[in-house]
Amino acid sequence: MLVAAEESYPGELKYHPEHDWARIEGDEATLGVTWFAQDALGELVHFEAPEPGATVAKDSTYGEVESVKAVSDVVAPLSGEILEVNQKVVDAPETVNEDPYGEGWLLRIRLSDPSEVEALLDPDAYEQLLQDA
Amino acid sequence: MQTLLRTPLHERHAAGGARLVPFAGWEMPVQYEGVIPEHKAVRSDCGIFDVSHMGELHVEGPKVKELLQGLLSNDLDRLADGDAQYTLLTNERGGIVDDLIVYRLDPGHFLIVCNASNREPVYAWLKEREIRGSDVRDASDDYALLAVQGPRAIERLGLPEAKPFTHAMGAVGGVEAMIARTGYTGEEGCELMCPAEDAVELWDAVVEAGAVPCGLGARDTLRLEVCYPLHGNDISPDTDAISAGLGWTCALEKDFTGVEELRRIKEAGPERKLVAFTMDEKAVPRNGMAIEDGGEVTSGTHSPMLDRGIGMGYVPAASAAPGTELTIDVRGKGRRATVVPKPIYQSHQEE
Repeated sequence: MLVAAEESYPGELKYHPEHDWARIEGDEATLGVTWFAQDALGELVHFEAPEPGATVAKDSTYGEVESVKAVSDVVAPLSGEILEVNQKVVDAPETVNEDPYGEGWLLRIRLSDPSEVEALLDPDAYEQLLQDA
Repeated sequence: MQTLLRTPLHERHAAGGARLVPFAGWEMPVQYEGVIPEHKAVRSDCGIFDVSHMGELHVEGPKVKELLQGLLSNDLDRLADGDAQYTLLTNERGGIVDDLIVYRLDPGHFLIVCNASNREPVYAWLKEREIRGSDVRDASDDYALLAVQGPRAIERLGLPEAKPFTHAMGAVGGVEAMIARTGYTGEEGCELMCPAEDAVELWDAVVEAGAVPCGLGARDTLRLEVCYPLHGNDISPDTDAISAGLGWTCALEKDFTGVEELRRIKEAGPERKLVAFTMDEKAVPRNGMAIEDGGEVTSGTHSPMLDRGIGMGYVPAASAAPGTELTIDVRGKGRRATVVPKPIYQSHQEE
């Protein structure tokens, strides 16, 4: 049985207006979708993932997440080369609903332009964006 | 900006945390807790759906059977008082204006329940064709309709056993309602029709009895698992009953609108058939996706019971046999699927 996560926007993450997050670790980043995104979609049933070794480009689509009712593009908050796809989410997409910022991460990438991080939102700015929407 | 209609249960949905969305001009709950848990509640126990957006038409008068026999595909002579029947309102081309359930209340009084999106066309179609001695009246606003579905639905409501496609007046939680043994989930259960002003009391009584509030999202996944067609997706004024696999609802030996075309299609064999399929790859088919070699998905979703993509769609008759491999264009990627017998999922009721 799915136990959905409580709404939160952790302070250590950076956010993209298309409801994606990035955890920056040196020249690498882990990417995922925010609590808001998974809540809006409902229980995920499919993650159409890219291949490791491919590149993602900031503000461009790199995959799809799909619930029973809807499909949504996943947008890269940053550019880089894909190091790893979270196989756990490919096998059990509901992991994203249960733990969107932890076990439910989607990709790890090596950043091609670390300065892009400056354009991302902090949690306060992202939550403000949600309220204004 | 169109004003959305609200059912008498709107405040219950809002207070219950439902996610409300526009549907056929109505503001309806698409889900409460989530499509998948609601779906599984109906398959394992009991769920309740507000389907008050559907249309209810009274057709009355000494000539009512004569009128309806000429307009509906199924044979009303098979109905006694207290019976119900799945039937089609057909056009001259054999197309499907709507799929309906018709309830015989007495020999001069039938009740028709139609799809919300077709309430006006169905009413207009019947009204224009009235004959002396028949009267068609749209009573949709007078009633609420609640579907209570699942293997424990009847037990939870404390109702006696009854045959599918029958109806009787009765009381649930002290509320007087027409209790029909019909539904759209493939499970046992009933549909309760009561005066609009009693809807909240009836809803509360059924929820108190243990039914899980469900939204239209689960209603769609449930009906698709058992291959019940959705008008507007799988069937329409441009598709015929034979191609849709609904020949069993057509009494071709009687005269009704479009019967000659339907006889012709049956005789010649349909060029396309509505088939059910399951995905062999991880992908969710959706309405409108192309099927390679000349077909189209009309309904698709993720099956909560099978945990895979499922759907229905029209394919050339040569590709309609169970076991036939299909390729579905899922946003530019060809995904493998296989035609399966209907229903895709076998409910307890039919085992």
